[in-house]
Amino acid sequence: MTMQNVGRPTRPEETQSLDAGFTSLTGGRGLLQDEALIFERDGWGKTGVDLPKVDAPADDLGELVRRSPIGLPGLSEPEAMRHYVRLSQKNHAIDLALYPLGSCTMKHNPRLNEKMARLAGFADLHPLAPLSTAQGALTLMDRLSHWLKTLTGMPAVALSPKAGAHGELCGLLAIRAAHEAKGDPRRRVLVPTSAHGTNPATAAFVGYSVTEIAQTDDGRVDLADLAAKLGPDVAAIMVTNPNTCGLFERDIIEIARLTHEAGAYFYCDGANFNAIVGRVRPGDLGVDAMHINLHKTFSTPHGGGGPGSGPVVLSAALAPFAPAPWVVHGADGLTLVEETVDAAAQAFGRMSAFHGQMGMFVRAYAYMRSHGADGLRQVAEDAVLNANYVKARLSGSMTPAFPEGPCMHEALFDDSWLEGTGVTTLDFAKAMIDEGFHPMTMYFPLVVHGAMLIEPTETESKQELDRFCEALLALAEAAKAGDVERFKGAPFLAPMRRLDETLAARKPRLTWKPDQGVAPAPLAAE
Amino acid sequence: MRYLPLTPDDRAQMLGVIGAASIDDLFADVPVAARKSEPFDLPYHAGELEVERELSGLAAMNRAAGAGPFFCGAGAYRHHVPATVDHIIQRSEFLTSYTPYQPEIAQGTLQVLFEFQTQVAALTGLDVANASMYDGSTACAEAVMMARRVTRRKRAVLSGGLHPHYAATTQTIAHAEGMDIVRQTVAIDAEAAVIAAIDSETACVVVQTPNVFGVATDVTAIAEAAHAAGALLIVVTTEAVSFGLLKSPGEMGADIAVAEGQSIGNALNFGGPYIGLFTCREKLVRQMPGRLCGETVDAQGRRGFVLTLSTREQHIRRDKATSNICTNSGLCALAFTVHLSLLGETGLRQLAEINHDKARRLAKALSAVPGVEVLTPRYFNEIAVRLPGDASQMVEALLEDGIVAGVPFSRLDPTAGLDDVLLCAATETTLDADIDAFAQALARRIAR
Repeated sequence: MTMQNVGRPTRPEETQSLDAGFTSLTGGRGLLQDEALIFERDGWGKTGVDLPKVDAPADDLGELVRRSPIGLPGLSEPEAMRHYVRLSQKNHAIDLALYPLGSCTMKHNPRLNEKMARLAGFADLHPLAPLSTAQGALTLMDRLSHWLKTLTGMPAVALSPKAGAHGELCGLLAIRAAHEAKGDPRRRVLVPTSAHGTNPATAAFVGYSVTEIAQTDDGRVDLADLAAKLGPDVAAIMVTNPNTCGLFERDIIEIARLTHEAGAYFYCDGANFNAIVGRVRPGDLGVDAMHINLHKTFSTPHGGGGPGSGPVVLSAALAPFAPAPWVVHGADGLTLVEETVDAAAQAFGRMSAFHGQMGMFVRAYAYMRSHGADGLRQVAEDAVLNANYVKARLSGSMTPAFPEGPCMHEALFDDSWLEGTGVTTLDFAKAMIDEGFHPMTMYFPLVVHGAMLIEPTETESKQELDRFCEALLALAEAAKAGDVERFKGAPFLAPMRRLDETLAARKPRLTWKPDQGVAPAPLAAE
Repeated sequence: MRYLPLTPDDRAQMLGVIGAASIDDLFADVPVAARKSEPFDLPYHAGELEVERELSGLAAMNRAAGAGPFFCGAGAYRHHVPATVDHIIQRSEFLTSYTPYQPEIAQGTLQVLFEFQTQVAALTGLDVANASMYDGSTACAEAVMMARRVTRRKRAVLSGGLHPHYAATTQTIAHAEGMDIVRQTVAIDAEAAVIAAIDSETACVVVQTPNVFGVATDVTAIAEAAHAAGALLIVVTTEAVSFGLLKSPGEMGADIAVAEGQSIGNALNFGGPYIGLFTCREKLVRQMPGRLCGETVDAQGRRGFVLTLSTREQHIRRDKATSNICTNSGLCALAFTVHLSLLGETGLRQLAEINHDKARRLAKALSAVPGVEVLTPRYFNEIAVRLPGDASQMVEALLEDGIVAGVPFSRLDPTAGLDDVLLCAATETTLDADIDAFAQALARRIAR
């Protein structure tokens, strides 16, 4: 079957008629424009900004002045607008449809938060402005800290980590500093096989060797294996809870007890905090450090891959080792401790140049205030309800990896139901695109064969969940009925057909070069 | 609650489908000891107006940089961002999309990243750039660790002109990985001093230009010395607009260049989110940290883009990855590339010249103030000045005159013994009248 992507047909019979080899006269694809690279446009000398002319040349800089061409094309404002708007239309987004990426918490991003982050008092505030002129910012950081500490039941928080993995690094550095302060540097970190890749990567980054902990048949940490691997050289365990199979670690209090008994610390990966926010406090579970992805649980936008924000809450044992800076209440209002020159200071250092992702703090705080304690609790409940609903509706056709008992905020399926169909998890995911949905997380966690991890989040209506489930059930039926073509060639109705990732890696082309595509016109002098 | 679509009826129906009696059944795996039956001790939900009122109140307690004469720099710079930039980055398709792991429905983000990488490589004069890091300081730390992987040596020499917070970040992160970080004595024009510290164990030297005191340096001789010893030269830049006027790191022999890209397209945001630029020579690409976007074709032979060389990354390689980084600064990279596309080479060069010209006016005005000495011999848009007394106290005093005079060096490094040094930056947003007001107020305060 060959299909032309000439727009989105609304009825199956139209699909048939449009499918008959239709091509436009100019190679166009309706209103979905092909868009050349900015480097392939002519007139590189253009500019889309009007700036005053400087009379005096920079003659004081002599040989330091850049004489050779830089190689940057310029666009007038209308050309720039059209370029980026056309490109935007090739993206899927939460604002278009359910975005069920497990472990990523793709929830609605309230626009109030965007508006608040753009207030001049926050956006146009320099990180090294005199602190007397930044009291509102420090107050916001202080209030955010209070909410994060209250929601997690932990006594301290380091706000500066810039993303989840950066938070993991912060937590492990605090743990390392705590062990070193006791004169007991340890060498190993235990990580379950189901962990996010950032966990072992971070442990290795900090110089620890990584030992994997086995998993039980019901998708939890194997307590016996954990107990056997804990020992005097273990610095920490890193456990995600709810875990990456979407399950709550039932024995978590025992895991923490065993860990502490061995003199190790309990690092919790808080990527899945959305499932329990407002209902369960990690501090009550024995956690020593946990990062909170503000871009997951607290709705700051993912922005096509960042920026994130990963504050780390710390137990009393680790709090003294938190990195600079932090906010303190002083005689003249709030102040920031930016340097730890005091010999008694135990802070392990600094995670980045300034104070963290302030723009994300504003958004997350606006989100927390909007929901309140009651709303956040409802967030967790609806997130878990939505995931269990999807699990229940799909379980007849697809095979849940852990059918017994409820899941938390995400539902995990394996690929055993696809056996013998010739369709893989990847094919199935790509076919979801043709039905108007972003694929779920695939092949993760690694402990489940052909894993499909679906996280709907609480911001989906029942109607959208039903639409999603019906699409997946229809696809499952097609796969089992032998309609393999529908899957192998998918997606047919996306801006691009399946992309050759092997070619990209074998012959990396990471920048545009003049010998590629259209040659640029020479630089025009204005 | 306005963000939650489920109605009580929906919830009841859904529980029925699931076969659960109540929502609590779904939390049955939570240990009894950790269950909270009541909402926490925090305020309840609030309407949009109420939230807006609280946050506007907090914002009003801050003095925005644009509120009057303002001269802070030291790694973050106030520039004008065209209105188009903010419109584009608020497009739903860019703002509310995830990392482009499904390239067929993420070509918008991917093509933007490919263009971004090409622009960043051109700016720095190097071959390849990644899809961005958290900020300049973490990019600096990552560059040092990359030098270790490339050279298999453990020693890194940081110039005394490196931003103290960059040095501290690098020390914290790279030291954790087992590197031996040698930080040279802080000094105004310290770059050449790194040459004497290079030995056969040195993985890299890290030099900033313009440095934290604003000094612009030709690092060619440092590159030659590093290469002769088998070490890499890492060049750090905290003011990306300077690439429009000053020789690029690549032209001067850098192997890796990292920069803070905030100046182009991004607001000050009290320190974040910012955007780390990371570029290197082509032969080093497989040791790079972070995401990379590359060109390929789809099943019909049409050009498209994907994230590539991901076998370097944590989600594939786990504890053998080149870095633990996952998130980049996607939306900040978009803002950067939109602004830079609007500027183009013509606009960037003009913008850089204006910045330099403003700094020249500032230097001239301040050097005419009795008792003030301009310390920076060659600068782009920032200078260090020596005052006749404590710089922090002078900044506080000038606040009473409505002027934010700059960053006292002691705020970045209280141990350097440079308490009388003030860092002052000027950009295209600085008015000549602001410079005059600053110089006059400073003269009055010193004369008192």
